[in-house]
Amino acid sequence: MSFTKVSVSALAILAASTVVASARDQLQIAGSSTVLPYATIVAEAFGEQGSFPTPVVEGGGSGAGRAALCKGVGEDTIDIANSSSKIKQSDIDTCAANGVTDIMEIRIGYDGIVFASDIAGPDFALTPAAVYSAIGAKVAKDGALADNAAKTWTDVDAAFPAQDILMLIPGSKHGTREVFDIKLLEEGCKATGAYDLYLATAEGADDKEKGANALKACHTLRTDGVQVEIDGDYTETLSRLDANKQAVGVFGLSFYENNTDKLKVATINGVVPSVETIASGDYPVSRPLFMYVKKQHIGVIPGLKEYLQFFLSEDMVGADGALVAYGLVADPEVEKVRAMIDAEEVMAPLQ
Amino acid sequence: MTDMTDHPLLMPDARTKARNAAERRFRAYGLTAITLALAALVWLLVSIFSAGLPAFKQTFITFPVTLDAATLDKSGKLDPVEMAKVTTIGYGKLIDKAFAAEIEAKGIAHEVKPKELGDMISEQAGASLRDMVLANPALVGQTIQFQALANGRIDGYFKGRVTMETASRDKNTSPEKLALADKLRDAGVIAVKLNPGFLTMSDASDKRPEAAGLGVAILGSLYMVVIVLCLALPIGVAASVYLEEFAPKNTFTDIIEVNIANLAAVPSIVYGILGLAIFINFAGLPQSAPIVGGLVLTLMTLPRIIIPTRAALKAVPPSIRDAALGVGASKLQTVTHHVLPLAAPGILTGTIIGLAQALGESAPLLLIGMVAFVKDFPGLPPQGLFDPAAALPVQIYNWTQRGDPGFVERASGAIIVLLVFLVVMNAAAIYLRRKYERRW
Repeated sequence: MSFTKVSVSALAILAASTVVASARDQLQIAGSSTVLPYATIVAEAFGEQGSFPTPVVEGGGSGAGRAALCKGVGEDTIDIANSSSKIKQSDIDTCAANGVTDIMEIRIGYDGIVFASDIAGPDFALTPAAVYSAIGAKVAKDGALADNAAKTWTDVDAAFPAQDILMLIPGSKHGTREVFDIKLLEEGCKATGAYDLYLATAEGADDKEKGANALKACHTLRTDGVQVEIDGDYTETLSRLDANKQAVGVFGLSFYENNTDKLKVATINGVVPSVETIASGDYPVSRPLFMYVKKQHIGVIPGLKEYLQFFLSEDMVGADGALVAYGLVADPEVEKVRAMIDAEEVMAPLQ
Repeated sequence: MTDMTDHPLLMPDARTKARNAAERRFRAYGLTAITLALAALVWLLVSIFSAGLPAFKQTFITFPVTLDAATLDKSGKLDPVEMAKVTTIGYGKLIDKAFAAEIEAKGIAHEVKPKELGDMISEQAGASLRDMVLANPALVGQTIQFQALANGRIDGYFKGRVTMETASRDKNTSPEKLALADKLRDAGVIAVKLNPGFLTMSDASDKRPEAAGLGVAILGSLYMVVIVLCLALPIGVAASVYLEEFAPKNTFTDIIEVNIANLAAVPSIVYGILGLAIFINFAGLPQSAPIVGGLVLTLMTLPRIIIPTRAALKAVPPSIRDAALGVGASKLQTVTHHVLPLAAPGILTGTIIGLAQALGESAPLLLIGMVAFVKDFPGLPPQGLFDPAAALPVQIYNWTQRGDPGFVERASGAIIVLLVFLVVMNAAAIYLRRKYERRW
């Protein structure tokens, strides 16, 4: 009886409450934890101007944000998904199935992915090949694939410091991981010759499929504890690094720049990561950051278009802008993006 | 016993010795266990308090700012709509200029680049000044004594978090700025004061940890606890009274009893999934709103109120019921006039402890969008219950995820606030129990 009562009362409250609930007047944003600090900075400044309420910004990861965006159209769904990787066809299909047909893709800038170790430790001059040789599952040895047996960095290359290999890399739910796989593991796999060996034994109907399978094989990592996948945020990577001074962790550039007193950054191919080297393209590991916007909400939720315009205004992404000061690498083609927002252009189908 | 003649009573035999030794060992184990538990508690408290207490103090910079009419009120009519067009960035520039002028006026020598002087002031300052001017347009044209928050790094320097050595490696500050901060403190411009803003201001972005406060989180938690109280107490008491006093004892009520006991042990995250499915996806209630959090926590708290309430009702001796029924009271009168008042202290204690658990619960809130950056205060109830808000435990979680080291201190400070609330609630429960408890 008590449960009938409980459920009846709960339903009565629900019925009453849905009537009281009024139109949502603040933006709802969710997604990538890399974009989160930028989005909160913009949201805060946007709300301060007093014309619109401060948007509510949630983290949760790029994939989770896009999934929430694709849940449907209407006030109870979010307006913008922040994403540190490009939207996938599967997301677009889900979106379309739920009536989210008009998605705007807005590139807000670039983010560098940096390797950093404890400030007191030795310097690292990494290359994609070194990263792959350290944590890839199989390496090329005497013309054949062999299980990776490197224990210390000196096993990878005599020039490295003599300390145990331990890399803290982002977990697979992070957009950062995708860039890590493509820009470092695949590159390193090709550079060390492991890719060719994988390709020789790859299964597949044609060359294209074989190539794809070989690349996939390049993503396989050692499972003997030399790499740890971090599912949490960069703060978790940082505290792990604090606990184990031997470790090398993967961070976003902005996170590193706000913790330069604790972290020492590694060069990649001899280039020190910075806003300048990433903008010029010298630093190889960077990726674009996106906002995916539900165009159907423009004009329904107040302030959506204004927020987008504010996000890409000079005050935010200009040379002295708040986001650039925090570590965002501005998009050289920002004018194009601004024009796109003004025209409310939806994204073209994926290739 | 037979060999008592061989062993006088005053001389313990081998078995007595062994038994005594076993007892001594057991006592030692117990003492060790308690010492370990206490040590863990002390360690926890020391680490939280040492990290969190600085959050209750903040570095402020006080200097005169001339509210230039030419920049703030271009129309000259003090029209609020026109004045609102000046952005916080415009106000920020005004503040930076006034700060530089103040340093010059005080004749303080320094090596900071003129362009970077403004970095010593929190970016929040522009917003605070703008709010102040818009609330009182008559200020335009005057020179006011303005108290701005210092930048998080400067604040960290006075709290010992930032040193000259770390500053030299930090792109957000420099040893020159810290040296200037020292001189400004000697000149009385910079001071470390108590920071009521930590309890009243709302969350702030990664660029201004110094301005982050718990206001929205405390209000959100308050809304949720009130919702839980208003729903769980009447429903819980009604359910318990019915089960205890009216319901027939049969298999059906037995099943309900077992289920309530089981529900109390269900991990709280499960209620979060339930809340997401029912309240947000099905009923269409807004995300991040205290109403949803309150409803989810109500579900979670209900069994935790029902169980102690039933125990309290059971503890009322049957003789009281028999006496009431004997003088002609109805069943309902017996319950409302005699049983419930006598059980009230127990019910109250159970409710307060249930509420304290609800206040400290974070797992179910993670799933209903409460872990968000919420800057605006929710409105007044009932409408405000549907506005986005944070809650104390999730605000702590949220702050620990932030990149800026200033948020570590904020998170520990928030833990202290949450602990204080919990201790107060539990102390109230103990006090009420002691004061009104009756034994038969």
